[in-house]
Parts: sequence; C-alpha cells; structure tokens
Amino acid sequence: MQQPTKVPHYTKYHPRWFRPRVSVYWWLGQWQYLRFILRELSSVFVALTVIMTLLELRAVVQGPVAYARFQHQLAKPGVILISLISLFFVLFHTITWFNLTPRAMAVKVAGKRIPEWLVAAPNYLIWIVVSGAISLLILRG
Amino acid sequence: MGESIVLEIARYSPERDAEPHLETYEVPLRKEWVVLDALNHIKDKIDGSLTYRWSCRMGICGSCGVMVNGEPKLGCATFLSSYAGRKRVRVEPLRYFPIVRDLVTELGDFLAKLKKVKPWLIRTDGPLLREGEYLQTPEQLDDYRQLSMCINCTLCYSACPVVGLDALFVGPAAIALAQRYNKDSRDRGAKERTLILAHPDGIWGCTFVGECTRVCPQHVDPAGAIQQYKVGSALAWFEGLIMPKKRRKTEDRHGAAAD
Repeated sequence: MQQPTKVPHYTKYHPRWFRPRVSVYWWLGQWQYLRFILRELSSVFVALTVIMTLLELRAVVQGPVAYARFQHQLAKPGVILISLISLFFVLFHTITWFNLTPRAMAVKVAGKRIPEWLVAAPNYLIWIVVSGAISLLILRG
Repeated sequence: MGESIVLEIARYSPERDAEPHLETYEVPLRKEWVVLDALNHIKDKIDGSLTYRWSCRMGICGSCGVMVNGEPKLGCATFLSSYAGRKRVRVEPLRYFPIVRDLVTELGDFLAKLKKVKPWLIRTDGPLLREGEYLQTPEQLDDYRQLSMCINCTLCYSACPVVGLDALFVGPAAIALAQRYNKDSRDRGAKERTLILAHPDGIWGCTFVGECTRVCPQHVDPAGAIQQYKVGSALAWFEGLIMPKKRRKTEDRHGAAAD
C-alpha cells in the first residue's frame, strides 16, 4: 500500500514554491475547455466524412452494383449512428471555425477594421451557396 | 450586521504546508465591495497573515489577479455582489504559476518570456532621439493601440491550458506585446522578434483556445494577435517561396521568417 506523503513538493532550485500539477482531465472542469477539446476532436469526424465521401465516389465510378452495395452498407444502424455523430461534429467544426475567422483576419477597408460579422458572413454565404448547388446537382441527377 | 458572504481562500505557508488548503472567512456583503476589499477586510480584521498582491485598486497595475470560482479575475474589478446568490466564493492563486504563499504567485518565468520578445522600440536607423520624436498618424496609432493596453496581469496565462501543459510556450501576453511593437510604425525589430515568435514555442504553440481574450480585463485580444501573426507568417513564407526577391521586404514588414 502506498504511504500518504506529507513531504512538501520541493523543487531543486526553489524548494519553497508549490507547483500545482495540471490534471489530465483539466478540460472537463469548464465548458469553454470542453468546447475546445470537442472542436479539436471534430477534426477526426471531418476526416471520417472525407473518407466516406471518397469511398462513395469510388463506388459511383465502379458502377451501379458497387454503388448499391455501398448504399446497403450505409443503411446499417451502426453506420447511420456514426454518420449522425459525424454530421454533428462537422457542423460544430464548421460553425466554430467560421465564427473564429474574424479573430484571425483583421480586414481593413479605407484604413478601418470592418465589423467581425462582415468577415464571418461570407464564409456562411459561400457554404450555403456551395451546399445548395451540390444538393441541386444531386437531386436533379 | 447585514448580509454576509463566505469566502473560501486558498492558503499555503511554505514553512508549514505540504500543499495549499482552503480556509473559510465570512465577510460583509456590501454592494460596492470587490473581492480585493474582502481580502483587505480579512487581513485587517480577521487574519493578518493572509498574503496577496495588490496596489492600485483600479484595474491599472494588474497585480491583484486571482482565480475567483475557477475564473481568472482582477480582485479589484470583481464585485462580491456578482456572487451574492452563491453559498461560497472560492479565491485561489492564479493557475499554472508556482505559488510562493497564499495567493501570491511567482512571476519570474513570465517576466523572462516577456523580456525574450523584446517589448520595446527597436530602431537602429533614423534620427537620434535628441533630434526629435518619431511622428505617427492616428491610423498608425490605431494599428497597435488595442495591444498596448496590456497591463501584464497574467490572467491570460492562467486561462491558457497550453501555458499549463507546455512550460516553454511563450504565452499570450508576451506574444501580444511583441505584436504591439511589430505593428508600431516606429519599430524596426519585427525580424529580431521572429526568432522567438515564429517558433513551436511561440505562435505555433497556440492552439487557439481563445480563453486568453475572454478573460482579458483590458480587451487586448491576445488570441487574435497570435492568429493574425500566424496568417502573416504563413503568407510571408508562401510569398518568399514564389517571389524570393520580395522576401526580405516582407520579413521586415511582418517579421515572419520563411525558414
């Protein structure tokens, strides 16, 4: 059994300072940190979505039989669940990064910095236009 | 006696304690009192051994930073009445710093990092000081004014998990202050600062948690300064790649090293 230690956390050069350790679970304490970790984690699901899209494209190229097989795989409950989780994280990733754009880009017009929403808005606009165009293409096709 | 509020204060005596512990104090809950007033009340009336830093009492000196209920705050700018509904208010030393005693943290590492980014005007060319001042337009002043508001309170260091996890990370305030001088039209030191800033322990160590900006009492936006430096640095690198002749000019302007 490990003996409880009452020895101060002495350090080599400054034995009297107490140096608190950072917990492995530091990100669970506050919502802001948890949100940051979720944002970082969302990259995994973005990558997963890209891989799924590439696999789907490959199935389309391979012909109707391969595509039907791929669709059958997609309809499985486990894949649907992962897709729903991926959708949540992709949306989370997109929205949080779009909202952070104005912080990374100080856009100036006529020597004055333009409002933050004007930097973020084009991202949303392009997102909606591109998504709409792709949807139209798929639904018409 | 009117309404009161209970403060849980972290106490640490290096001669006596192995680690900090909480002690509770009941103080009057007065509308105009801030956390610093409560600490002064405890020191004057209840326990004279309580140790903490303070000076100006008006959010200028940046010395009374503490964690209040887990949030980095200036003691002089945090009203007790904001916590009136809570049973207890926990006051602890700023996170990620070594604790010297009670609420007093050791700032040597921060000050060394601050010095490393050369937060002063670097100018080897141009007229001597005795020949007159460097003139600046209001637009040039606006470029860095927000960043010059930093009071070195270190709240941003306590809000930044990278500071806690990576001891070598230069940190938000030091990078923001370096950018304050990089953006100053009178300064010519951007290239010198690049060695420290465009480095894995500098801007590239920042993961953009963004909490440094949220807790800054002066609205300096260190996170924004760091991301803007990243964008400038990446653009300068790319520019140097496709237009090597222009490289030197860009480095002087943005302080972004291509190497």
